[in-house]
Amino acid sequence: MYHFRKVLFAGVSASALAIMPLYADTPDNILVVAQNIDDIVTIDPASAYEFSSGEYVANTYDTLVRYDAADTTVLAPALATDWQIDAQNKTVTFTLREGVAFHSGNPLRAEDVVGSWKRVVTLEKAPSFILTQLGWTPDNIEQMVTANGDTVTVRYDGDFAPSFVLNVLAARPASIVDMETVMANEVDGDMGHAWMNKNSAGTGPFSLGTYRPADILSLDANPDYYQGGPAMDRVVIQHNPEGATQRLQLEAGDIDMAKNLDPGQIAGLEGADGVRVETYPQAAVHWVSFNQKTESLTDPAVWEAARYLVDYEGMADGMLKGQMKVHQAFWPDGFPGALTDTPFIYNPEKAKQILADAGVETPINVTMDVISAPTFVEMAQALQASFAEGGINLEIVAGTGAQVITKYRARTHEAMMLYWGPDFMDPHSNAKAFAYNADNSDDKYASTTTWRNAWMPPAEMNEKTMAALAEQDADKRLDMYLELQAETQAEAPFVIMFQAIKQVAMRDNVDGFVNGATSDYVFYRLVEKE
Amino acid sequence: MALTEDGGKGRARVSLPPWIKTTALTLGSIAVTMLGLLFVTFIIGRVMPIDPVLAIVGERASQSTYDAVFLELGLDKPLVVQFGYYIWDVLHLDFGTSLLNARPVSEDIARVFPATLELATLGIFIGIVIGVPLGVVAAARKGSWIDQVARVLALVGYSMPIFWLGLMGLLVFYGILGWVGGPGRVGIFYVDVVPSVTGLILVDAALDGNWDVFKDAFSHIILPASLLGYFSLAYISRMTRSFMLEQLSAEYITTARVKGMSEWDVIWKHAFKNIRVQLITVIALSYANLLEGSVLTEIIFSWPGIGSYITTALLSADMNAVLGGTVVVGLIFILLNIFSDLLYKIFDPRAK
Repeated sequence: MYHFRKVLFAGVSASALAIMPLYADTPDNILVVAQNIDDIVTIDPASAYEFSSGEYVANTYDTLVRYDAADTTVLAPALATDWQIDAQNKTVTFTLREGVAFHSGNPLRAEDVVGSWKRVVTLEKAPSFILTQLGWTPDNIEQMVTANGDTVTVRYDGDFAPSFVLNVLAARPASIVDMETVMANEVDGDMGHAWMNKNSAGTGPFSLGTYRPADILSLDANPDYYQGGPAMDRVVIQHNPEGATQRLQLEAGDIDMAKNLDPGQIAGLEGADGVRVETYPQAAVHWVSFNQKTESLTDPAVWEAARYLVDYEGMADGMLKGQMKVHQAFWPDGFPGALTDTPFIYNPEKAKQILADAGVETPINVTMDVISAPTFVEMAQALQASFAEGGINLEIVAGTGAQVITKYRARTHEAMMLYWGPDFMDPHSNAKAFAYNADNSDDKYASTTTWRNAWMPPAEMNEKTMAALAEQDADKRLDMYLELQAETQAEAPFVIMFQAIKQVAMRDNVDGFVNGATSDYVFYRLVEKE
Repeated sequence: MALTEDGGKGRARVSLPPWIKTTALTLGSIAVTMLGLLFVTFIIGRVMPIDPVLAIVGERASQSTYDAVFLELGLDKPLVVQFGYYIWDVLHLDFGTSLLNARPVSEDIARVFPATLELATLGIFIGIVIGVPLGVVAAARKGSWIDQVARVLALVGYSMPIFWLGLMGLLVFYGILGWVGGPGRVGIFYVDVVPSVTGLILVDAALDGNWDVFKDAFSHIILPASLLGYFSLAYISRMTRSFMLEQLSAEYITTARVKGMSEWDVIWKHAFKNIRVQLITVIALSYANLLEGSVLTEIIFSWPGIGSYITTALLSADMNAVLGGTVVVGLIFILLNIFSDLLYKIFDPRAK
């Protein structure tokens, strides 16, 4: 028995020694990120339409003009060095940057620009609507966009402000791909789509290393990048949906960056050795909307009362601390044209008075759909409590994202708590969503917040939205958007409450990470480790 | 093959050997079970209040994009026709393309199933190696301290949320002590270092002779496998104890003891021998449950297994992925049942 114990002890000790301790700091030339990446459907820029795939495209592809890592608030030259807009404001001619090569080594050609956009319009995947806004179709794209030597001429059909056109061409689906390589991998007329879901063919600072859905995404540095190769030889994004374990990994030094920590986990890092938390304002705005197909929600007094039934400060300083800030207009703070006034405060007495003055009978019982994710459900519960004080009883209906969106698209909800992020960084992207509805008929489907809530804005608001889109004077245009935001604050069946904030925890030695207002502006190019 | 007379009518009837009949019956039973399983899953997927087109195109796609995908998925056709197409494709081993990552479902399953298989196999191994002896000893020493320990272990195993226990395990053994690797199947620096032959990293590393990768992979799997093993052993030890108690109170055991047989022989050569068939059922069921994939364990440990794959697919109405996963899980249950039947015949002469 003594021998048995001795052998057992030796075995256990050897096993323990064999596996301990395993962690160490990550190498200086590799950035390791823990992030939930199971939202990625595809990584082809013609179809990539999710948050994580947006980050991927931003780091592997370029557009002609873009909001660059050096300053994500300024539209800067990228693959085009300059551009000319004609006097009639119907044509933009871009001059391509010389000496740029794709990851394959193929040189960038004007034909790649035409081919890339034709590919997006022809494949007609989810983000293609961003480009087709310019009046492009599979049939006319080769007439609308033409290549001539090192220049590309872009034509568009409609009255658009020049800044709007440039913003569209800076958006994700406008990324330029290596058409020679892509079409060489075409299968059954898919224009290389299947191949592009497993490979990259861009000019960006990184190329795709490994990608396994909901497992790992790694990027290899492109040392020949036209703005200089990245300091990191590789960026490894490890799928990890659980914030608690991301925090453990970060504190252990196994990762350099944790991207999905909740406020409690962020608070838990306070005072932790070698770790800091960075905060980045985001473009998404969070709101509650009222479907106008629900009779009890059609009275504007209900909308106005609801604006006084949100405990804005209480929520922002409490459960949403570090995740959201109070913002009450459709265009996010930090961007030109944003209305930063916050005229509404939590005042249930005033809300009750508004309803009483309008002769609205209370209580009003209404269901509110919400995505069943931790922060959203807590927000809904807080709204349920504060709305009840004003005589509006919210019954929370929580569902998966897909369930909620299905219902929202079918306009069968009553109230909805959701968020909206712009598709591209032009105020029209949000103005169209919150202040414009061309046709409110059931069969005239539109993805806007207005149509989905069956709300037809006043004719003047519709007209002003389109006028702002066409306005040539940049300052006047921004003023028009300020007016539109003030009008929707007063007249729309929406209660815009908060603007998102992103918090990223990282090791102290990580520097240069850029997290702009949307996932399209998340850049690893300038990351260094000290 | 034998020929039999058919009552003097001059024609011979072919009588199939029993093993062919048995095989045909088994295959028929598998086919009917799989068809039923697929039909139920298919209907559930269609009645869920989720629009699969939106899962692909996103909520802001244009109506024309939506319509194109709607037609591409065949959603304009009657349900029966859709189901018929699906069965036809499955018969050709084509599970379709996942709506959520635009890749062939068969490719996804080939990637996620080995991860679950590796984890479940190590988990059930731990469950058997500890659970069975613990149950036997607890029954043999009924009321003793070891019996109390076994009962408490089983009780805790039943009642403790796996999510909490997993996080605590990570905190202590990974975060504080640093004895084991963190989330994921292998450390970030060993990803794709060894060629994937079987998809089982421990096996692939051993085949490649890369012991650094083997050690790292083992350090990552040992904690989640122990966790699953613990929950299995809680069930296995409790059932073993129960089976053994029944046997130990039987008259033939008293007779064996009266005849002066050693306690070791009484327990292991007589009582234990008679519970093997029941234990096979318990172990097979435990293993099948683990092979379905433990969603929470997979989430906590970032383990890219079939459990979280099917769950994510189901929540997003990715029915190709759900049905593909269901086929695999269904097959596992059926194969384990057949395997159990074979073992019965080996261990129980009456079943031959």
